[in-house]
Amino acid sequence: MTSTLQPTSPPTPSPEIAKSLRGRSLPTWAPKAIGALSVALALVGVFGPVGFWLVFVAWLVAAIVPLWSMFVEGRRKATDRFVTLLVTTAFVIALFPLGSILTTVVTRGAPVLSSDFFTYSMRNVLGEGGGIYHALMGTLLITAAAAAISVPIGLFTAIYLIEYGEGKRLARWIRFLVDVMTGIPSIVAGLFAYALFVIFFGPGVRMGVGGAVALSVLMIPVVVRSCEEMLKLVPNELREASYALGVPKWRTIVKVVLPTALAGIVTGVTLAVARVIGETAPLLIIAGLTDSVNFNLFDGRMATLPVFTYFSIITPGVPPGPSIERAWGAALVLLIIVMLLNFAARLVSYFFSPKGER
Amino acid sequence: MAKSIDVSDLNIYYGDFLAVEGVTIPVAARSVTAFIGPSGCGKSTFLRSLNRMHEVIRGARVDGKVLVDGQDLYADDMDPVNVRRMIGMVFQRPNPFPTMSIAENVLAGQKLNSKRMKKSEADDIVERSLRSAGLWNEVKDRLDRPGSGLSGGQQQRLCIARAIATQPEILLMDEPCSALDPISTSVIEDLIHELKKDYTIVIVTHNMQQAARVSDTTAFFNLAGVGQPGRLVEHGPTEKMFSNPEDPATEAYIQGRFG
Repeated sequence: MTSTLQPTSPPTPSPEIAKSLRGRSLPTWAPKAIGALSVALALVGVFGPVGFWLVFVAWLVAAIVPLWSMFVEGRRKATDRFVTLLVTTAFVIALFPLGSILTTVVTRGAPVLSSDFFTYSMRNVLGEGGGIYHALMGTLLITAAAAAISVPIGLFTAIYLIEYGEGKRLARWIRFLVDVMTGIPSIVAGLFAYALFVIFFGPGVRMGVGGAVALSVLMIPVVVRSCEEMLKLVPNELREASYALGVPKWRTIVKVVLPTALAGIVTGVTLAVARVIGETAPLLIIAGLTDSVNFNLFDGRMATLPVFTYFSIITPGVPPGPSIERAWGAALVLLIIVMLLNFAARLVSYFFSPKGER
Repeated sequence: MAKSIDVSDLNIYYGDFLAVEGVTIPVAARSVTAFIGPSGCGKSTFLRSLNRMHEVIRGARVDGKVLVDGQDLYADDMDPVNVRRMIGMVFQRPNPFPTMSIAENVLAGQKLNSKRMKKSEADDIVERSLRSAGLWNEVKDRLDRPGSGLSGGQQQRLCIARAIATQPEILLMDEPCSALDPISTSVIEDLIHELKKDYTIVIVTHNMQQAARVSDTTAFFNLAGVGQPGRLVEHGPTEKMFSNPEDPATEAYIQGRFG
């Protein structure tokens, strides 16, 4: 016996089930309107002439939503709205320092930026004029050298940990030491590099490459960690597929595992660079500061942006104005470099990720 | 091409754990042999030991002999990499390389080993392999598209094309259809019939109808209990195994009384 589907009119819901499923709720405009009002009040409080206390008023206004909801919608939805409010509050609080730093650095640094600022060093400059060319080059060179040291070490360590070290005692120790290394204070890294170079070159040594060594001490654990995570994400099936085609293990790693993880690895390395490029303390010790351009990593002091900023503020000279302005300019340039690096990491992860998975 | 396999008294271990015990089975050249049995009985483990993929897992080892045309794969001077070049494998889940296009996936065996070849030669291999995998007509216009953009059944046929592009002597298939729909499955079963002319095929399957449809010989694996090693219960021509098996456990399994 067969039966065919008869077209039926949709049944009308019975009143009981409609009642049990439906809940009372705030009018849809209410949370939006109160939220908008609250945001407006907060903006006036921050930027307007009234005073910062208006921000707290704004928060209290926003708190109306969960209270109102408590009476109308009941506990579950009120809790939901209350937690939403808390999370949003935390987010806004976290944004405050970021916004404050950005606006201060941009407003105070932007007027300083000029072509002279990027192309002149501080050699023989007293008072006004001069630029950060020497510090910019120093930062780029030292960071590039640090990356050149830490990327191979970090990547090979990660490859060992994931591809060869599984379950071995050595791998467990390496993992532990990498974790310990993550917590090394940057000043200690600087002292390490200084002590290392003193052994070879005597006390008082100043060298750009020493700064690179100090930065790579800070960078290696970050690179190991991020590369490790990325290699872990490569499905084991791809390795097996490659082995089953008669491909040796090292070729499998070079041609299957690394390309598949490439986007993540490059992103991780870029972020690690962004992390160390603003380090001051280690460079203060081992790279020092100079007013002149120095392209030689292996000879003498090298200026870097963070150290330059620090000394421009600490010893501004007389009159102090131009030096402090230059410090803000250098800080802004450093910030821009970090943001460009983050942006580059985004682009890389977009363009290098495996085909068909975008 | 196409070689026979002779396994004698093979024990397979994961560390200290004996996973498969005392397997002795001949596999004729240019035939399809199906391994059936309940989950965890060591079919896949045994299959993987036939091209030394087993030892990829840490702590895994075997003892016993696997002879391919009389040559022991586990002799001291054998290179597992060369063994795998001779004995191809298709996995349960389609696993095309996500960084490669369809054509590159087919040529993966050559490319990953940095074998140099002319463009025309490479194109020949791609077309021949995809044709024998029954995928050519579906993908010939988009060979440079990523392999991961294909459907599951197409991906699995791409993996078969990849496995036969290196012209192995033997093709191992580890539940090649278990992740596929019935239509893709029947395409791949037809393909197995075609490939039988040139290759020795060993296939693991959970699907007894599939074993009955595609194989010439069937081997039934079982395990005595949890924590016990898997064993080869019996093997023989497929018709006999399905109509008149010798072991009562085989009969029970084939009739669906357990497993």
